Amino acid sequence: MSIKPLIGQPISRLEGHLKVTGAAKYAGEYNVSDLLYGYVVNSTITKGKIISMNSDEIKKIPGIIEIFTHENRPSLAWFDMQYSDMDAPPGSPFRPLHKPEIKYNGQPIALIVAETFELARYAASLLKAVYKEEKFSTHLQANLSKARKPQPGLATMLKPPPPKEKGNVDLAINAAAFTAKGDFTHGTEHHNPLELFATTTVYEGKGKVTIYDKTQGTINCQLYVGNVFGLHFKDVRVISPYVGGAFGAGLRPQYQLFLSVMAALELKRNVRVTLDRSQMFTFGHRPPTIQKTTFGSDVNGKITSLYHEAIGETSLHEDYTETVVNWAPMLYPSPNSKMEYNLVPLDVFTPIDMRAPGGCTGLHAIESTIDDLAHQAKIDPIKFRLINYADRDESVNRPYSSKELRACFIQGAEKFGWENRNPEPRSMRRGNKLVGYGMATGVWESMILPARAEAILTTEGRLIVKSAVTDIGTGTLTVMSQIAADELGLPLSMVSFEYGDSKMPFAPIQGGSFTVSTVGSAIKVAGEAMRKKLLKIAQRLPNSAFKGAELDNVVFQNGFIRLRLNLSKEISIKDLILANGGKPIKTKNFNVPNLLKLKKHSRAAHSAAFVEVEVDEELGIINVTRAVTAVAAGKIINPKTARSQILGGMVWSISKALREETISDHQFGKYMNQNLGEYHIPVHADIHDLDVIFVEEKDEIVNELGSKGIGEIGLVGMPPAIANAIFNATGKRINEFPIHFDKLL
Amino acid sequence: MNDFDFYKSESIADAVEKISNHTDSRFIAGGTNLIDLLKYNLLRVSSLVDVNSIKNQSVTEKDGLVLLNAFATNAETAYHPIIEQRYPLLSKAILAGASAQIRNMATNGGNLLQRTRCYYFYDANTPCNKREPGSGCSAINGYNRNLAILGTSEHCIAIFPSDMCVALSALNATVCVTGSEGERRIPFSAFHRLPDDTPELDNNLLPNELITSIELPAKGFEKNYSYLKLRDRNSYAFALVSVATAMELENDTIKEIRIALGGVASKPWRVQEAEDFLQEKAPTRENFSLAAEIILQDAKGFEFNTFKIELAKRAIIRNCLMALNPSSQLPGAQPSA
Ligand SMILES: Cc1cc2nc3c(=O)[nH]c(=O)nc-3n(C[C@H](O)[C@H](O)[C@H](O)COP(=O)(O)OP(=O)(O)OC[C@H]3O[C@@H](n4cnc5c(N)ncnc54)[C@H](O)[C@@H]3O)c2cc1C
Ligand code: SF4
Repeated sequence: MSIKPLIGQPISRLEGHLKVTGAAKYAGEYNVSDLLYGYVVNSTITKGKIISMNSDEIKKIPGIIEIFTHENRPSLAWFDMQYSDMDAPPGSPFRPLHKPEIKYNGQPIALIVAETFELARYAASLLKAVYKEEKFSTHLQANLSKARKPQPGLATMLKPPPPKEKGNVDLAINAAAFTAKGDFTHGTEHHNPLELFATTTVYEGKGKVTIYDKTQGTINCQLYVGNVFGLHFKDVRVISPYVGGAFGAGLRPQYQLFLSVMAALELKRNVRVTLDRSQMFTFGHRPPTIQKTTFGSDVNGKITSLYHEAIGETSLHEDYTETVVNWAPMLYPSPNSKMEYNLVPLDVFTPIDMRAPGGCTGLHAIESTIDDLAHQAKIDPIKFRLINYADRDESVNRPYSSKELRACFIQGAEKFGWENRNPEPRSMRRGNKLVGYGMATGVWESMILPARAEAILTTEGRLIVKSAVTDIGTGTLTVMSQIAADELGLPLSMVSFEYGDSKMPFAPIQGGSFTVSTVGSAIKVAGEAMRKKLLKIAQRLPNSAFKGAELDNVVFQNGFIRLRLNLSKEISIKDLILANGGKPIKTKNFNVPNLLKLKKHSRAAHSAAFVEVEVDEELGIINVTRAVTAVAAGKIINPKTARSQILGGMVWSISKALREETISDHQFGKYMNQNLGEYHIPVHADIHDLDVIFVEEKDEIVNELGSKGIGEIGLVGMPPAIANAIFNATGKRINEFPIHFDKLL
Repeated sequence: MNDFDFYKSESIADAVEKISNHTDSRFIAGGTNLIDLLKYNLLRVSSLVDVNSIKNQSVTEKDGLVLLNAFATNAETAYHPIIEQRYPLLSKAILAGASAQIRNMATNGGNLLQRTRCYYFYDANTPCNKREPGSGCSAINGYNRNLAILGTSEHCIAIFPSDMCVALSALNATVCVTGSEGERRIPFSAFHRLPDDTPELDNNLLPNELITSIELPAKGFEKNYSYLKLRDRNSYAFALVSVATAMELENDTIKEIRIALGGVASKPWRVQEAEDFLQEKAPTRENFSLAAEIILQDAKGFEFNTFKIELAKRAIIRNCLMALNPSSQLPGAQPSA
């Protein structure tokens, strides 16, 4: 008897029922007893200093427990570094209520703690600060002259600086048969997950807290709280199993965590702080970015020169960077290339990674410029990309661990019906609508970080696997359960994955599509250790058929260990536990990726996005009527949750290219559309026919699972494919995202 | 939001009496706009008078006229058989607005009184003459993509964001109100105001007056009508430009036409000269285009909304053409194929 591996099966989310019935509790929903409610007051100016506040007056309102401001906050950790976190860019982290100085519009200036949420919110509306205002700069375009190189730091590990210049791009461009240039503008965006940011802190007695937080990293928050408040790490427990989306906004501890913990420790009470929707516009965001490209090719379409420059926004206190300009030489070999990336520090909060950070910004510029070049050379965009196909990653001169992008082109084009495309702009029509087809390539680096996992085999033969990792809605619980089950050949019903709790073994923050790789690999290592232990126990049994057998010579199936070549020789796991003195069997392992080995290859997921748009010729209205994304991301652990990930990325692509924008007013230095009525993300009526293909891709290098991780890869290629389809439909290249329909009038 | 008293009223007279007896009191109907104003601290009330239980039949016919109950929801009204059959333009316009959930709460009376969507109006920390007379207008030199191009003043360039009212304007509706002084009838064209130097006043309703019904003339233009709404996403977004066209044809010429624009001014915008121009003319693209020029002749754009002038012209042409064949209209007032 053999059982089918669970890896590769389209298993529905294990927590789905809890989520759709409302039984799954989120950070702001833990109704502990004697709860106090905090509401944050935000600065109404952009830069300056608080002179005074009327807190004494407001404090007199019955039911108000305390008002925390920079004047009365407890004295806390002295050094900036202690406010740092796993995702902190170089610089000095923001310290809430630290000083009277105002560094950005919306900065938290007070926390009002009251008996009810409504009272705290009402009091917040009465709390007024008198400020001394200073001049500020928030406008990227107006401050480009301040652009400078980012400071290097730890974050550089995951976000390498641009590759070295090669050859001479100026000479090469002069000699090129075809050149394409573009100026690309991206505005600020805010993550806006559905779940509001909230923290419920349970005061457990002297110096001890249990924290329910909306975060993408339980241990990240545990370390932050321990450092800032001078608590023992073991006395700080951060729990976050369900996360109602975060999109990067939860990669760093946000200020409601600080404020909730501070109030709980000071008041020795349980305190919840929930931010409202407009307060979601008062911390990290996707930075506005300006890009320039100049690409050149010879008469045959072979690229001879790549120039890509980006200038992004950061705050005055930290240098947030993204990987914007590194992708072109990774995708397209060119003898001449030059990439530049600079920052302009402004009076804003530090940006933070948001949905395919950097990639979906940079690839828009790259893939639209490539489309333009192909158009000028009169070569089909797929063929053009094949002419310039990189079998090696020339940006770092290494082979790819695997790369089935070609298969993405072929299978995607076939499913989409690319052959029906007329390359001539404005040549395809449907009634009074112009029809356009566009495509683009997507790429996202496959990263892996160290993580720990624990496996326990209970006396009933159940496998429990533990990790501190969160599940930000991607399907982590389900996928990790599948991986764990296969380690011992168990059915899913015999496996539990315990997660979302800093008490569990170490996992890094969850983002960048590296969770399956990182935590999945740790589970595999823990699983292998468990199998070794079980085999050892089996070998110790009298007359064991397993004497001398190596791990490779045995299989684990449905609660039994069997000899691979003689499956009838078997021992049940239950018997092994009995032999272990009836005690559960445990393993705990730290998986540190072998960077030296990994670094011999470039490791990346690829995709090809195909889009059909209809543009109303007279009115400009744009609709993405059809789209196909073909993905090569190694082994797909769960085709169902994977497909949902990519579909989500495709919806966010429509959002990125056509909808989403934070409106800034630089007279006031603030964001103006701080609600979901006016911050436009797609509605159902904007989403039409979307399809996903996963192509076969074998990868024995990237990690134990051969799986590259998916998420961002669904969002990097499609936005430029939309812009390219609009060009095919209308003959207009609109390089400013989001593309407003009136630009096509 | 502060604490306030809450009164339920049982009848029109009761509601008017209750509101007259309290200072800083407001009627509350669906609450879809009022509650937001309270939550943003743009409005503080000492009491609210709930008018939802006054509701009678949502739509009634009387002597050929049709009365929309002010307290009926937008959804009930849009899906009412009399409205669907006799005034399909109104049905289409209502269904192009907001979302299904909001239309289920929002009432007809409240729709006429919803406040502008100018971003500065909703941000109490920026100057805004409509919110705080004399404080200045942040939008004129600020973000004004979603603001007006017609009838603006140096004090305010806000728009009135309703879809329903664009159709009511084209249908020549009458607003029936009751106050402590008795009943009044206000023609639709005289209901909403231009900003001039009193942008704080959106309309001519007096304090303590209650809208009780909206009267529609017998003529519903059910044969040739169309509503087109152009916006930044396909649903759940306010109009950048919308057009309601109601047309009566006779022997292939236009016997009567009404063209009302939304999203361009502080009231639904109609230009008599353009409607007169089209009378007795053939319903052609050329004629509609000439009419569009007349309608927009006084338009003035600001930094981010000048495109609305050209967009409005094209929308008028398209919508008048769609009115010739109403079955070509797509749901949600999307442009037809
Ligand atoms: C997110 C969002 C999107 C929207 N999108 C659109 C859209 O696309 N198109 C559109 O047309 N509308 C849109 N709306 C507006 C919506 O149609 C209005 O909010 C709604 O019609 C108001 O009706 P209500 O009954 O909820 O009014 P309420 O909020 O209860 O009241 C509004 C005002 O009218 C007063 N009032 C209410 N009834 C009466 C009465 N009978 N007599 C006198 N005074 C009265 C109240 O005192 C208050 O001042 C949107 C609203 C929201 C929140
Ligand atoms: S346009 Fe009107 S509503 Fe907007 S800021 Fe100016 S005065 Fe206020």
